[in-house]
Amino acid sequence: MKDLKKLRIKNISLTMTVLLFLIMFIFGSVRYDHFLSLSTFLNLFNDNAYLMIAGIGITFVLITGGIDISISSTIAFTGVFMAYCLQHGMPSFVVIPLALIIGIIVGAVQGSLIHYFKLQPFIVTLAGQFLMRGLCVVISEASIPITDPFFKFMALGRIQIRLGDSKAFNGKIYYYVLIFIAVLCTALYVLKKTPFGRAVYAVGGSEQSAELMGLNVARTKIGAYIISSFCAALAGVVFSFYTLAGYGLQNMGMELDAISSAVIGGTLLTGGVGSVFGTAVGAMIQGIIQTIVTYENLNTWWTKVTIAGLLCFFIVVQRIIAVRAEAMKGKAVAAA
Amino acid sequence: MKTKLAKLSGYQAFWPVVIFLTIILFNTIMTGGEFLSITIVDGHFYGRIIDIFRNGGKLMILAAGMTMVLATGGTDISVGSVMAISGAIACSIIKGVLLPGLNGNVAAAIILAIIAGIICGLWNGLLVSQIKIQPIVATMILLVAGRGIAQLITNGKIVTINSDAYYFINGGYILGLPFPLYIVLFLVGMLLIFVNRTAFGLFLESIGCNPLASKFAGIKVNLYLLAIYTISGAFAAVAGLIESAGIKGADCNNAGLNIELDAILAVAIGGTNLMGGRFSIFASVIGALIVQSITTTVLALGVPAAYIRVLKALLIIIICLAQSNRFKLSFKKAKVAEKKEAVVL
Amino acid sequence: MSTQTKLLTMKGISKSFGKAVIALDDVQFELESGEIHALLGENGAGKSTLIKVLTGVEERDKGEVELDGKKIHPKSTNEAQQVGISTVYQEVNLCPNLSVAENIYIGRAPKTKMGGIDWKTMTEDAAKLLEKFDLKLDVSKSLDNYSVAVQQMVAIARASDIKAKVLILDEPTSSLSKVEVEKLFTIMKRLRSEGMGIIFVTHFLDQVYEVTDRITVLRNGRYVGTYKTCDLPRVELVSKMIGKDYAVLNQSLKEGQAEKEGTRTGDELISMKNVSHQGSISQMDLSISKGEVLGLSGLLGSGRSETARVLFGIDQVNEGEIYINGESVNLKHPIDAIRKDLAFCPENRKTEGIIGDLSIRDNMVLALQAKKGLFKKISKKEAQAIADEYIEKLEIKTPNADQLIKNLSGGNQQKVILARWLATNPELLMLDEPTRGIDIGTKAEIQKIVIDLAAQGMAVLFISSELDEELRCCRRIVVLKDMERVGEVSGDNISEGAVMQIMAGGETK
Repeated sequence: MKDLKKLRIKNISLTMTVLLFLIMFIFGSVRYDHFLSLSTFLNLFNDNAYLMIAGIGITFVLITGGIDISISSTIAFTGVFMAYCLQHGMPSFVVIPLALIIGIIVGAVQGSLIHYFKLQPFIVTLAGQFLMRGLCVVISEASIPITDPFFKFMALGRIQIRLGDSKAFNGKIYYYVLIFIAVLCTALYVLKKTPFGRAVYAVGGSEQSAELMGLNVARTKIGAYIISSFCAALAGVVFSFYTLAGYGLQNMGMELDAISSAVIGGTLLTGGVGSVFGTAVGAMIQGIIQTIVTYENLNTWWTKVTIAGLLCFFIVVQRIIAVRAEAMKGKAVAAA
Repeated sequence: MKTKLAKLSGYQAFWPVVIFLTIILFNTIMTGGEFLSITIVDGHFYGRIIDIFRNGGKLMILAAGMTMVLATGGTDISVGSVMAISGAIACSIIKGVLLPGLNGNVAAAIILAIIAGIICGLWNGLLVSQIKIQPIVATMILLVAGRGIAQLITNGKIVTINSDAYYFINGGYILGLPFPLYIVLFLVGMLLIFVNRTAFGLFLESIGCNPLASKFAGIKVNLYLLAIYTISGAFAAVAGLIESAGIKGADCNNAGLNIELDAILAVAIGGTNLMGGRFSIFASVIGALIVQSITTTVLALGVPAAYIRVLKALLIIIICLAQSNRFKLSFKKAKVAEKKEAVVL
Repeated sequence: MSTQTKLLTMKGISKSFGKAVIALDDVQFELESGEIHALLGENGAGKSTLIKVLTGVEERDKGEVELDGKKIHPKSTNEAQQVGISTVYQEVNLCPNLSVAENIYIGRAPKTKMGGIDWKTMTEDAAKLLEKFDLKLDVSKSLDNYSVAVQQMVAIARASDIKAKVLILDEPTSSLSKVEVEKLFTIMKRLRSEGMGIIFVTHFLDQVYEVTDRITVLRNGRYVGTYKTCDLPRVELVSKMIGKDYAVLNQSLKEGQAEKEGTRTGDELISMKNVSHQGSISQMDLSISKGEVLGLSGLLGSGRSETARVLFGIDQVNEGEIYINGESVNLKHPIDAIRKDLAFCPENRKTEGIIGDLSIRDNMVLALQAKKGLFKKISKKEAQAIADEYIEKLEIKTPNADQLIKNLSGGNQQKVILARWLATNPELLMLDEPTRGIDIGTKAEIQKIVIDLAAQGMAVLFISSELDEELRCCRRIVVLKDMERVGEVSGDNISEGAVMQIMAGGETK
């Protein structure tokens, strides 16, 4: 009974998300031939690994109660930057760490502006978004192809998975999906098991309390923005593996996808509540919408519109749950 | 004299006007006076200054709407997409692809496009005021989905139209002055009269400072939030009409792209605190002119367009920092303040 | 008591904010181990600043702090905690979204051998710790599942469990019931016997005499003195706190009251019949007459503020009816209530009352403007006239009406909010804790204003957690408990004892 209650209040969003994913998968399987297969499932990872990574990063910021709308630009910028550097003969083992360091710097600057000068997160990250998009075009207006052997290796290298003889039981995952899995596991560990991770939740619950309880709020908040930008840079690297090019106009508006992933996965935009596992499932739901839109042969813009609709729906559901919980709390106080 | 100057500089629009005049002066000197020259062809005025006013029209309208949104502590980054939607609807109707029964009636197209803008604004307002979604997220939904909707209206194509009546919105002249200027005068004028003659300004400032206390003082906060997002949406639709009339068609990918930053920048330059509270629509309109003239100037100096965006982004941060009390504090006594930042809540 | 040693010494502490505001001026304070030491003073006396300096929230300008003979200079609450000073604040400063266990241990959670947080040990420890406080909770549930009182106890548990030498309790009892306060005192006494030094900040003098060993009084940022609690009579304590003769102060109020006694209360203005709002009040009956000051008494959460919220249209009526002048009304928003000539000064001045970045003038005309509607703008001239009138009438201390309200002191802010409502010329004025956080002088002024207003025929609903204040202002007090009306005292029966008895015993209506 106790567990049931816990499930109801805390994990209702996540349960809904997983159910939604299953329903959509079943819907696709019934409606289209060849949909029901291991490769459809694995392709969700192959095609959305970068979104999942970026989504996990932004989840940290959302849990602290902030927002980061600069991530799509960070992804595009790291992509263009790496492509440009590789084009000019720099080796990949220098370029990739450099891109990740840029991510860390971007996050540190944004986080510091937000924390130390009490600027609104949306203004700072909006400016960051435009700044980096602008810098993309400053580096190159055209798409730069990547021909580096390591990138090619990561782009094409994959693990075949055979669970049976039938074609439906065959699939493959690319190596870069392993990066996503590593990020997910690290994030899960950090949020659940480290003082920093718990401080992220505490700051989201009440920044003032966190401060008075002796937690280092500055480090926590800036850390969250660094993680967000770092993950975005990493997503940029993965995205370059995926596309083998750097293009400044890539991924416009992807921050909404990342935020949607988090919200669909149960993260509250008001802060304090969220899980990176949920975010990953949220991203997969978006992947499945994309797949269905492709199967239906619809205009790809339907994906965006559907995801936005889904985001609205989940936010409304969250509001209803919050209002209900408030009412229930009122009753509990009355009963006490 | 001195006191007069002091009084003048007390107005929020004082510094924006000074900056604008400085930019014009700078340009005039750089171009050896050519900048100020206005020629008359066919009874129409032409010149760089006129261009700034004409091309800045969209931005002035958006900035006026955005000022009120920012004054309540919110934001509306969907304006660019609403412009795309309004352009798409107007052009599709005029071309006869959408609602062919209207026979491409220009007036009907304009009205329906503006109604679409109002609906977009209402939608934003509902999400913000009723469902209490953070404004940035609420309007981001429309930012992304809106462009998708515009694409779906035009079926993903660029709609080109052939209608002199519609072209007039951007290219027309009345008494020698470009028509967009009259639209700005009308819309901003109406808004200014409304804000100044009613208690609207006081209520918005109050809501921006403390929405809860405002509600307790009897202000219908949600209603006003709904109203300002709606106005912002309607204004964006008008700006979308001007833009699409300018390119003689609807380009859903590029219409109003990134213009939200310009609008926010214009408001910031106008001196309105982006955290909410005190605001001045007039100052924002001047701010829009500044943004437009900077763009013109920088382009004239031969700087690639890409740098302008970088510059604007930096400018926003600098203005925000200048408005931030904490920044002023740390500027004054850097060391003491630094310690405080870490502890003061 | 024989083993007492000097634990904490603060000497020559000064702190100013800007040039104008001197919060602390050469203040000293001394705490021995194994004592409960009350830190008293009116608001603005410097209590909170002194505590902020001690806990590293504020940087001191001058002075020395020694703990156990070692000079300390904490720069943050975290550093203060590490040297052994921990604090419990008036408002619960925990994270509602985290579990109870985590709220106790966050920042110092037990680790597993792998280096991660050991949730199992943490949960067990938390349960054990809370048992000492007679609290049996599911510590893995998030904190927001529990009442404010429980949350406060958790905060105290957290603070006492940190290896603290000095425990600061900053008005921890304002949200606790009598039973809970007793429980808290038991714990405090136990901690004292374990050798901890406790600094206890409160405005309940009863509690000071019940539990403390010594008292230090501050006034206007200056040190007044330190006294043994048992040697200092209550009246003397109060006069030390306010710096004037209490008897005189009381006398002027009594006169005001006598005046009020003379006026007869008029017709019924407003009544609630069987009104319920889910989770806040249940089957409330209440009636207020013109020219009457009705007191609403009860503990936090008893429904006293909630009643006013319902009457003012902030919370909606789920059941029952509200009548104004005999007419049934439906109040959906504060503006509906304002249009019916109701007014409400809310409890949380900062979040629900003032519009910080607006001027005094704008703050004053706001409700009147809302009442008149959007289109009938009050001109600047009219607004200035209103502002000037009330600045004079209510003796608001400000150079002019252009000052931002956030720059005023608490008492003057409260007067501005009062002016905001008086400007609307209300028939019923509801005051929720109108004197909280205000110095005694202004407090008396506001009480006098209330009595005068009633004498002019206005109905007043007066809500206060300070009983003596209610007794002073009201001739009739309705007592609430657990969201319901449990009794009423009026006329000659009015006394602190009578009210308390109903509050505690729950005499049925």
